[in-house]
Amino acid sequence: MMFAAAAAALIVAIFLGLIRAYLGPTIYDRILAGNMIGTMTVILIAVHGFLAGRPEFLDIALVYALINFIGTIAILKYFRFKDLGHAGTDKGREEVEDDA
Amino acid sequence: MDMIFDILSWFFILAGSAFVLIGAIGVIRLPEVFTRSHAAGMVDTFGTALILLGLMFQAGGFNLVLVKLVMIGFFLFFTSPVSSHALVRAALADGAKPLAEDGSNLEGAYKEKGEK
Amino acid sequence: MASSISLWVFLYVFWFLLSGHTEPLLLGFGAISCAVVVFIAYRMDVIDHEGHPSHLSFRIIPYWVWLCIEIVKSNIDVAKVILSPKLNISPVMFKTKANQSRELGQVIYANSITLTPGTVTLGLEDGILEIHALTIEGAKGVLSGEMDRRVCKVKGKMEGHNE
Repeated sequence: MMFAAAAAALIVAIFLGLIRAYLGPTIYDRILAGNMIGTMTVILIAVHGFLAGRPEFLDIALVYALINFIGTIAILKYFRFKDLGHAGTDKGREEVEDDA
Repeated sequence: MDMIFDILSWFFILAGSAFVLIGAIGVIRLPEVFTRSHAAGMVDTFGTALILLGLMFQAGGFNLVLVKLVMIGFFLFFTSPVSSHALVRAALADGAKPLAEDGSNLEGAYKEKGEK
Repeated sequence: MASSISLWVFLYVFWFLLSGHTEPLLLGFGAISCAVVVFIAYRMDVIDHEGHPSHLSFRIIPYWVWLCIEIVKSNIDVAKVILSPKLNISPVMFKTKANQSRELGQVIYANSITLTPGTVTLGLEDGILEIHALTIEGAKGVLSGEMDRRVCKVKGKMEGHNE
């Protein structure tokens, strides 16, 4: 019962996050909403594991937490440097700021 | 003993759900990306930590389920500041002007050389 | 070499906690896969002193307890601000000086500030932190410098030990 309550609250919160991702207005608002939805999905997977009585779901939650972090950093790097293979050094940052 | 654990779980899970919802409402209500990141940080730290704490009481003693919950909690605890810092820094570098007053006159704030 | 062995032991414990298997065959497979990971890390030349983090000490645990209490307090403050009907935010940006002498301490301080809701670090250059705060009370909380002092206290011993 308590797991169902937590799952319901998380689903409502994810829906609110989707509204923010739809409204924008900047790309960073959408990335922020996406990151928040990802964090809540990690918890939702863990709660679902308890709800269904299958603790193996915690492994999936752990992997999803890793993917969510790497994904957020990769998207930010892409929009920052316009190149995922960029070294991301201080020199590169100056070049990007010069271009802007 | 199970009774006490159930009550503690209920308390932590309900409090965590409330904080997750408040954080999501904050992301909708607050005006721009820098203030919204505070609300998202609230979801990342406190909401998830409380729900995980509530789940830990239902893990049934010291076993691998508890260890994995602790691992998820630790991981979110260490990565959440990194991703929110990367986000606001990228937004600032992209030229977003924060809706904020200049606080350099506050007591104890660091002043650039040359300023009074 | 010591770093490689320490990394292997850490990886093996992590593998065991994730898998939970105790059959000798699977334990052997785990040992071999950890050894392969250590070998790849050695080839990539990413094994450094952070693979064997002897510079971190247990003195950080009381700091974490204090930090958790601060996070709870500031969460309640931010929740009040969000739920107040008039949304009385007073966002403010300022700079402050981190008094830690080395980068690790400064990073711990900056991450602690970001972890506390209501304040987020925008930049860290040459020990000067740029901070965005949701309310002016939160900004005053950072400027009172208590967190700075506590991080200095935690890091003081470790930095002395390291040098």
